[in-house]
Amino acid sequence: MSGVNGAAHGNQLSLDRDLVPPFTALQAMAESSRCLYCYEAACVTACPTAIDIPGFIRKIGTGNVKGAARTILDANIMGGTCARACPTEVLCEQACVRNKAEAEPVAIGRLQRYATDALFKAGVQPFTRQAPTGKHVAVVGGGPAGLACAHRLALLGHEVTVFEARAKAGGLNEYGLAAYKMVGDFAQREVDFILSLGGISVKTGMALGRDVTLAQLRQDFDAVFLGVGLAGINTLGVAGEDLAGVADAVDVIAALRQRTAPPVAVAGPLAGRRVVVIGGGNTAVDAAIQSLCAGAAEVTMAYRRGTAEMGATGHEQDLARTQGVVLRTWLAPREILGAGGAVSGIVLERMAMDAGRLVGTGETVTIPCDVVLKAVGQKLAPGGLDGLALAGGRIQVDETLATSLPGVYAGGDCIKSGEDLTVQSVADGKAAAFAIDAYLKA
Amino acid sequence: MADLRATIAGITSPNPFWLASAPPTDKEYNIVRAFKAGWGGVVWKTLGEDPPVVNVSSRYGALLDSNRALIGFNNIELITDRPLEVNLREIAAVKKAWPDRAVVVSLMAVMTEAAWAGLARRIEPTGADGLELNFGCPHGMCERGMGSAIGQVPEMVEQVTRWVKNATRLPVIVKLTPNITNVLWSAEAAKRGGADAVSLINTINSIASVDLDAMAPTPTVGGKGTHGGYCGPAVKPIALNMVAEIVRNPDTRGLPISGIGGIGTWRDAAEFLALGCGSVQVCTAAMTHGFRIVEDMIDGLSAWMDEKGYRTLADFQGRAVPNVVNWNDLNMNFVTKAKIDKDLCIDCGRCHIACEDTSHQAIRIIPAEGKRLFEVVDEECVGCNLCAHVCPVPDCITMHEQETGRPYLTWPEHPQNPARVLPPKAAE
Ligand SMILES: Cc1cc2nc3c(=O)[nH]c(=O)nc-3n(C[C@H](O)[C@H](O)[C@H](O)COP(=O)(O)OP(=O)(O)OC[C@H]3O[C@@H](n4cnc5c(N)ncnc54)[C@H](O)[C@@H]3O)c2cc1C
Ligand SMILES: Cc1cc2nc3c(=O)[nH]c(=O)nc-3n(C[C@H](O)[C@H](O)[C@H](O)COP(=O)(O)O)c2cc1C
Ligand code: SF4
Ligand code: SF4
Ligand code: SF4
Repeated sequence: MSGVNGAAHGNQLSLDRDLVPPFTALQAMAESSRCLYCYEAACVTACPTAIDIPGFIRKIGTGNVKGAARTILDANIMGGTCARACPTEVLCEQACVRNKAEAEPVAIGRLQRYATDALFKAGVQPFTRQAPTGKHVAVVGGGPAGLACAHRLALLGHEVTVFEARAKAGGLNEYGLAAYKMVGDFAQREVDFILSLGGISVKTGMALGRDVTLAQLRQDFDAVFLGVGLAGINTLGVAGEDLAGVADAVDVIAALRQRTAPPVAVAGPLAGRRVVVIGGGNTAVDAAIQSLCAGAAEVTMAYRRGTAEMGATGHEQDLARTQGVVLRTWLAPREILGAGGAVSGIVLERMAMDAGRLVGTGETVTIPCDVVLKAVGQKLAPGGLDGLALAGGRIQVDETLATSLPGVYAGGDCIKSGEDLTVQSVADGKAAAFAIDAYLKA
Repeated sequence: MADLRATIAGITSPNPFWLASAPPTDKEYNIVRAFKAGWGGVVWKTLGEDPPVVNVSSRYGALLDSNRALIGFNNIELITDRPLEVNLREIAAVKKAWPDRAVVVSLMAVMTEAAWAGLARRIEPTGADGLELNFGCPHGMCERGMGSAIGQVPEMVEQVTRWVKNATRLPVIVKLTPNITNVLWSAEAAKRGGADAVSLINTINSIASVDLDAMAPTPTVGGKGTHGGYCGPAVKPIALNMVAEIVRNPDTRGLPISGIGGIGTWRDAAEFLALGCGSVQVCTAAMTHGFRIVEDMIDGLSAWMDEKGYRTLADFQGRAVPNVVNWNDLNMNFVTKAKIDKDLCIDCGRCHIACEDTSHQAIRIIPAEGKRLFEVVDEECVGCNLCAHVCPVPDCITMHEQETGRPYLTWPEHPQNPARVLPPKAAE
């Protein structure tokens, strides 16, 4: 990578510094002038929330920066987070026609951040709600899908109550995204901005299946939206997984984001310790890099297939490498070794493709380490979802995002829509809100 | 290596690139730097009678593109604000030190023979190569009866030119103002008055912008603004046209021309030369980038001339003139159509929306895997070139002459012309 989107801008990452620094006014002006204001632009098609990208970039160019932010937020209420966290290299910027013209896309993400930052800084509420409808919708899960749905429903004049299991709303924006993408308290500022519209009340510490049931919600509300994400964790299924020093990557990331001590199982801070991360997705990359940020002595990422099959984009793999993560491929975990109840190493088997199938070669490799982080995927936590049809391990929905139960809709990571991304979850939440609106008005 | 030597009204210079009368030529210091950089000549910043004028603070306005590139420039400055004696001394010193360069001196005075002849006689002994009469300044000086106040009245142009010609043996160049309805009237007047050459254009009356906070024109002088002179890249097309008008007008044909207006590159200069100019003058481009731009002007022009096989400026000077005709002389049977190179196309859709919304609905989009295909509908395309101008990729949209087999046919001869004049043959 090069140019304005270059990986880490040559800096060593830290937990409190932006991976990609914000644009100055001069940079934003220069970059906005690179946009060709395409007609039916390819970048818009590539954005799951279909932000009018040429439209907002032109507004930056004419000095109408708050108007640009409104254009963004109108399509994607989490335009601020998406500007920071979207893998633009596989979304809008990948489609930008400037790639073909000069092998360097317009820095859409950074321009989006420039505009939304300006609006948040000005403290402007750009939206007004439609007349009250008297309808009340329950939203389960205060992540991107839930909040996007709640915001759109509130705009359309409905009342919304959000039930959130954790102490803070924001979902993985607050507990999952890498610290260097969401510097400072941006996730909470964005939640506050969304709620400042009015019409949305959030009940934290309220979990579906524990504090409230779906049947109850269906009875008490006119419709229900489920945006519960993937709260379940896949296990490795190997010996030694219960040793001190083995943890779920998402828990460690959440702790780093909350600036609290890492989960007990890791047994102490990461500083000075040797970490092995199992997995090849973005979560694995995030866990690996943030472990280094937290002072880990060495970090190895071990993935059972090749780099081409990794879930992490090429850009993110490069980022990991430039930060000093050792990427090792074709290695599957077989046993976590311990000494005195704590991790001392991990045994991995060398893998290979045989007639299209991934097979073990019998050859093993042992990596001495103190910490093993598991990042082999999240899954739907079934609690509270009784009566709902599932498909492929997720909640089954039709094209309007309606579940098998009348009046119950779902979106975000808990359904299979597109990639498991913030922007896709926002798109789902918005689409579901329109579907719920139509259902309520039918 | 091409020979770039230029001669105009008997004034010679090692290359045709002169600095126009303006701040870059205000004093010895600047001009020595300019000559060191390679400029072929200068027109000294306009001299006037003492006492010198006084300028205001806040003097320039600008039109910038979205990259902050300067495309238009405007000023409310007056003529030199230094004593005449100082200027004359420096002119003599510069000419002595740089004998091969053209040193022309611009002057301006009130509408009396004594004033104009007196100034001319004081300049002559400096050794300057020629005089340029400033009939152009469109702000400030005209309110005192000078500059464009003279340049806009052909009789006065003729009169002053004659006064100066009678007072000096130096070649006299008359600098024309574009702030008139017909540049030929002043060019013809200059010729009648005995001008050895004309130079054009001076700046165009303008308001650069309105400051929406101050609610006043820019440049803003303590909350107020005034109209100023416009120049820079944006005025080049206007200057080219006025040059072309003079060069093909029977009454002024052959009158040497020093071209001015928006020249910043060798290519701009070559265009003025192709329209018959003998030298070119530059102001805004030098004020934007400094004197060093002349290096590429010289290098680029000679490289292009070598490539084309032109050994001297005369080899291509005026070559484009025969092809500048009136609309009525254009061939109505000529047909050109746009063609899109689908390999170069980057799929931005600009050609489509431009033609669809504002022209002839002649570019259709064919949905395809990965990228859309843009195709010109020949039956609808009128050959307006709009798409080729809005396409961001050079040479992606090109215009192609269509074989029609039909003869050259002008509008006066056209069957659809209600006032058709039958060609001589058919009329018989
Ligand atoms: C470590 C990590 C890094 C990531 N990095 C990126 C990235 O850089 N860019 C990107 O685009 N995407 C990234 N993602 C993916 C992205 O975070 C998710 O796709 C997105 O957050 C999904 O939104 P959601 O609203 O569906 O679910 P979530 O964000 O998971 O939100 C679900 C919410 O529901 C709550 N909840 C769960 N169960 C219940 C219940 N039973 N009752 C009540 N509340 C409940 C949860 O507490 C949570 O607040 C990352 C994911 C992870 C794990
Ligand atoms: C700041 C400024 C001052 C000028 N002063 C004079 C002047 O004193 N006498 C004159 O004949 N022209 C003057 N001009 C006009 C220039 O000589 C020239 O005709 C005009 O700028 C067009 O050329 P350009 O597009 O290269 O700038 C001035 C122009 C500028 C920008
Ligand atoms: S594809 Fe690129 S150039 Fe075209 S509108 Fe989108 S950002 Fe602008
Ligand atoms: S040349 Fe004009 S009419 Fe023809 S396709 Fe292009 S824009 Fe349309
Ligand atoms: S303007 Fe040029 S690059 Fe853009 S779609 Fe048309 S032909 Fe292709």
